[in-house]
Amino acid sequence: MKIDKDCRYAETHEWVRVEGNEAVTGITDYAQDQLSDVVYVELPEVGDSFAKGEAYATVESVKTASEVYMPIGGEIIEINSELEAEPQLVNEDPFGAAWFVRFTIADPSELDDLMDADAYEKFIAAEGAKGGH
Amino acid sequence: MTEPLIFEISSPGRCGASLPACDVPRTPLPAGMVRDDLSLPEVSEVDVIRHYVRLSQLNYGVDKGFYPLGSCTMKYNPKVNEVAARLPGFARTHPYQDPDSVQGNLTLMFELQEYLKELSGFAAVSLQPAAGAHGELTGVLIIRAYHQSRGDSKRTKMLIPDSAHGTNPASTSMCGYTTVEIKSDARGNVDLEDLRAHCDDTVAGLMLTNPNTLGLFDEHVLEIADLVHSCGGLLYGDGANFNALMGIAKPAQLGFDVMHFNLHKTFSTPHGGGGPGSGPVGVSQRLAQFLPGPIVVPAMAEDGWVGGPAEHADEHAEEHTGKHTEEHAEECHALRLAMPKHSIGRVKSFYGNFGVLIKAYTYIRVLGAEGLRQASQDAVLNANYLMHRLKDVYPLPYDRTCMHEFVLGGPPPEAEGVHTMDVAKRLMDYGFHPPTVYFPLIVHEAIMIEPTETESKATLDAFAEAMIKIAEEAVIDPDLLHSAPHVTPVTRLDETRAARRPRLRWVPPRQD
Amino acid sequence: MTYVPHSQAERQAMLAAIGVDRVEDLFADVPEALRFPKVSLPEPLSELEILQELQWMSESNADLDHYACFLGAGAYNHYVPSVVDHVISRSEFYTAYTPYQPEVSQGTLQTIFEYQSMICALTGMEAANASHYDGATSMAEAVLMAVAVSRGRRHKVILSPTIHPEYRETVRTYTQGMGLTVVGDDPGKLREGIDLDLEALKALLDSDTACLIVQNPDFFGQMESPAVLQELADAVHEAGAMFVVSADPISLGLFTPPGDYGADIVVGEGQPLGNAISFGGPYLGYFACKDQFKRKIAGRLVGETVDTHGRRGFVLTLVAREQHIRREKATSNICSNQALCALAAGVYLATLGKRGLRTVAELCYHKAHYAASQIAALEGYELVSKEPFFKEFVVRFPRPVSELNSYLLDEWGIIGGYDLGRVYPHLAGCALLCVTEMNSKGEIDYLVEALTTANFQIEGSAGSREVGS
Repeated sequence: MKIDKDCRYAETHEWVRVEGNEAVTGITDYAQDQLSDVVYVELPEVGDSFAKGEAYATVESVKTASEVYMPIGGEIIEINSELEAEPQLVNEDPFGAAWFVRFTIADPSELDDLMDADAYEKFIAAEGAKGGH
Repeated sequence: MTEPLIFEISSPGRCGASLPACDVPRTPLPAGMVRDDLSLPEVSEVDVIRHYVRLSQLNYGVDKGFYPLGSCTMKYNPKVNEVAARLPGFARTHPYQDPDSVQGNLTLMFELQEYLKELSGFAAVSLQPAAGAHGELTGVLIIRAYHQSRGDSKRTKMLIPDSAHGTNPASTSMCGYTTVEIKSDARGNVDLEDLRAHCDDTVAGLMLTNPNTLGLFDEHVLEIADLVHSCGGLLYGDGANFNALMGIAKPAQLGFDVMHFNLHKTFSTPHGGGGPGSGPVGVSQRLAQFLPGPIVVPAMAEDGWVGGPAEHADEHAEEHTGKHTEEHAEECHALRLAMPKHSIGRVKSFYGNFGVLIKAYTYIRVLGAEGLRQASQDAVLNANYLMHRLKDVYPLPYDRTCMHEFVLGGPPPEAEGVHTMDVAKRLMDYGFHPPTVYFPLIVHEAIMIEPTETESKATLDAFAEAMIKIAEEAVIDPDLLHSAPHVTPVTRLDETRAARRPRLRWVPPRQD
Repeated sequence: MTYVPHSQAERQAMLAAIGVDRVEDLFADVPEALRFPKVSLPEPLSELEILQELQWMSESNADLDHYACFLGAGAYNHYVPSVVDHVISRSEFYTAYTPYQPEVSQGTLQTIFEYQSMICALTGMEAANASHYDGATSMAEAVLMAVAVSRGRRHKVILSPTIHPEYRETVRTYTQGMGLTVVGDDPGKLREGIDLDLEALKALLDSDTACLIVQNPDFFGQMESPAVLQELADAVHEAGAMFVVSADPISLGLFTPPGDYGADIVVGEGQPLGNAISFGGPYLGYFACKDQFKRKIAGRLVGETVDTHGRRGFVLTLVAREQHIRREKATSNICSNQALCALAAGVYLATLGKRGLRTVAELCYHKAHYAASQIAALEGYELVSKEPFFKEFVVRFPRPVSELNSYLLDEWGIIGGYDLGRVYPHLAGCALLCVTEMNSKGEIDYLVEALTTANFQIEGSAGSREVGS
C-alpha cells in the first residue's frame, strides 16, 4: 500500500498536501483499493466552501457511492476535471494525477488534528486487521 | 448468441404497419415546425416479430423456471389474469369518461379497495400509487400531512431499521425528513433499546418491514408499535412481504397506521420485466382523509366519505358474498370518484394502474379468503423447508423459523475466494434464476431466497440439490464458479466499462 | 387448491423435514391473539365463473370499441398494431423481473436499450431512462433532477398553466416536503382563455429558479413555434435554470423535437405509443435529457458493454445513483420502471418506423383540423383554439358541457370531449376535443351531425344533470 510521506491524513482516508496557504487533496491508495474500480467522481464547483469533515465529493464504483470529506476547511479554487473523463486515474495514481481539488486553507491549525504518514500507516494496518470492507 | 439491434436490421423505406389513407381534406402543415429527420428503425412486420421473439428467448421468466428472487415474490402469474385485463370492456375505456358509463370499472376498483381493507384491517385504501416505492412515498407524505394538520411541526426524523429496503430512506428524504437508522438485535428483530433511545417528540414515525428483509417476523412488533405511538409517531408498514401474512395477521391489528401493498408481489400480477406494478396504500381511520385520490366511493356517500372502519368492510363483503344478481348490479350502479378531504394530492395522473388492479382482483376472487391463507401458509412452509435443506451446507446467520423467505450468509466458509456472486452465477448453469444477492446489507455476502407458494416440493428439492452441489464445487473447483455462467446467451458482462463510459443509446453511423 | 401444487401428504413430509407437527407452528412469532384472524371475502370462483363475472362487469362499461371517442386530455385512443400485444404477451418478457442478472436477461435489457435509443431519437436528446410510472410522475422526476443539478441550491419551479392539470398537481404532491415554491400556473395568466403568456413566465425567472416547464403541444392542443420556444430556452439558461418540455410522443413523429429548441429535459406520457388506454393505467412516463445530465437521471438505465468473450451485451448501469445504494442520499426513490409498457412502446415505434409514425401524426393533424373547421361552422359553437394545434382543440359549447356530453353518450353513442370547466373555471362551457387516426371522416361527420342536433334537441330541457367528479 502506497503512502506519501509529504502528506497528512484524515481518518476517512483523504490525504492533504500543503502548498503555501493553499492545499491539494485526494483519496489514499488504501481508499481506492477498498472501493475497487472507480467509475465516476463527482466534484464540487470552484468557489464552494466546505468546513473540515464536510462531504465535498462523491466517488462511485460499480456498486457503491462513497462520500469524500474535506480534511481541513477551505474554499475550492481548482478542481481536477480530468477525473470526469478518466475516473480510473483514482485507481492508478491516487496521490498524483488523481488529486481531487485545490483549495485555500481556512485555518492552518486544523492540520494539527490530522495524522502524519507514519501514524496513517499504523492506522490502516489496524483497519485491515479488523477485516471486512 | 446475440441479436442485432433493431436499428441494425433497418432498411430505408420499410414500414411494419399498414395505416388508412387520409379521408379528410388536408390542412397545410405549419411553417417552420416540421422536423427533417427521425432516426427510427424501418423494418417489416416479420422483422419485428422475429427480432422480439428472439430477444424474448434470451430471457428467464417465472414461466421458464424457479425464480427465488428474495423480496420480489416471483410467484406464478395465473393466465386468467391476463385474459381478464385484456377484456375490451375494461382495456378500451377512457379515464375521463362519465362515471355513469364506467360503473363496471368503478365496481371492480371499489371492491378491490374493500378486499384490501379486509385483508389488512385498515379503514381506507387508495389504489392510485403505481408501485411499491410509489406507495412508500405516498405513505410518508400521509404521515407528514397528518403531523402538519395537528400543527406538530417539530417532527423531523423518520426511524428506519438497518435491514430496510433502500427505498425507505430514499422516500423519507424526498419528504424532507432525516433518516435515523435503528439497529437490529442478535435475533434479527429491531433492537428495542436502540429504538427506545431514539423515540422522542421529533419522531415522525418508524418504517417497519414485517416480516423483515431477513424473512423474520419481528417478535416485538406490538412493543415497537407502542413505543412509536407513545412518542407521537406513526408506524409505517412496508408491505413488500405481505405474502407471508394473508389470513395470518392483519397489519392494522398489529399496530400499523399505514402500509403499501405490492399487487405485483402478493397478488400475483406479473412483474413485467420491471413493471408495471401497483402499490395501493391502506391507512387507519385517523389518516383516511389524507389519502391520495381520487378513490372510489358510493355515489350516495356524503362528501368526504373515504371508507368506514374495518368492521364496515366485513359487512360489505358479507353482503356481497358470491352474489351477482341484478339487484347487486343496481346497487353497484352508484359509484363515483372522490378526493379525500385533506388529500396529499394525486401521486400520478388518473386513478392507478387499472390493468394491474384487474389482475389482482381476479386473483383474490379465484382464491377467496381460504385460498389466500393457504397461499401464505404454503409460502412460509416452502421457505422453511428449503432453509432446512440448506442450513447445514450454507451459513445461516439467523437460525429461527422464517416466514416466506430466508437469508443465507454466503458460500461455505471453506470455499476460499468464492463469493456470493459466484454461487449466483453458477446457479444459472443449473437452470435456475439466482436469488437476491448482497441484500439485506446487514448480512455479509447475503443470499436471500424466496421460493413462493407456487413451487412444488420437487422443484425445491432440485434447487436444494443444485445449491448443495455448488457448495461442493466451490471447494473443489472454485474456477468453475468464477467463470460461471457457462450456458447463458452471454457470459459475465463488464459493468465497469459500462459505467465509466456509458453508452445509453444507439447512435446512427455518421454519413460522409 | 388453485396455484399451489402441494398434496396434503407432501405438506406433511415437508413439515416432518422441518421438524414441526403442524403448519400453524411456523407462525409462533405472530402474537397469538391476533393470529389467523377472520377474513371475509367472497367465496372462491372457478376460472369459468370469474371470467363470466368479469365479462359482465366489463360490458357494463361504455367502451371505445362500441362508442365513438373524441376524448383525449392525456389518455389517447390510438391504433395499436397486432404485433404489439403479441410481443408483450410472451411470458419470457412479462414473467421476468428487473434484469438484475444480465446473463439471463438480455431480452429485457436489449429491448430497453432500443427503447432508450428510440426515445432519444424522438425527443432530440442524448440520454433516456427505462421509463417512469407515467407522464405526470416523469415531470415530477424532472423537477427533482433539476433541483439535484443545482445541488439543492435552487428552490423555485415555474410551471406553465397550459401543462396538464394532473401533472401540475402531481409535481406539487411530490415536492410538498422539499421546501420548493411552485409558481406560474395560475390560469388567470392565460391570454384569451387558453393562450400561454410566455413573457409572464419569463418574468418569473431568477437565480433561485431550478427549472421552467412547458408542455408542447399544450394541454389545449396548441403548439408554440420552435423559434419562440428557443427564445424562452435562452432566457431560462441565462437564469442558470433548466428548460423542461413535456410533449405528446406522437406529435414528435412530425414536429420539431424539443432538443432542437433548447430543452434540457424532455418528458411525456408514453401511452400513445402502443399502450392500451385501460382507464388510465398502466402507462409509462418517458424521460430524456442532454448527455451532461445523464448521471443525475433517476430510475433504471441500460448501457452497452461486452462480456468476457468480447461479445456485445447490455447491463443496468450507473446504478450507484439509485436508492438501493445511495439510500437517503438518492435524489429519487424510484425502484422499478414500466418495462412492459416501454416494451410495447418500443415495438410500436419499431413497427411504425419513421414513416409510419409520421403518417399517424399527419392523420391526427388533418382529421383534427377537419373536425375543428366543421364544428366551428356550426351555429352556437365557437372554436376557441387558434393555429397551430395538433390533435386536440377547444370548442365553446352552446350548453353546459356535461349536459351535452350526456346527450351525445345516451342518444348518439359518442364519448364527447373533456369538460374544461372542471379545472379551469373561466373555461366553463368549453370542451377539449381530441381526434386521432381512429376517427374516420364518417365518425367526425356523425359527431358534427350530433352537435348540430344537440343544439336544438336539448333546448328547453329542464335543468342540467351534473356529472363528473
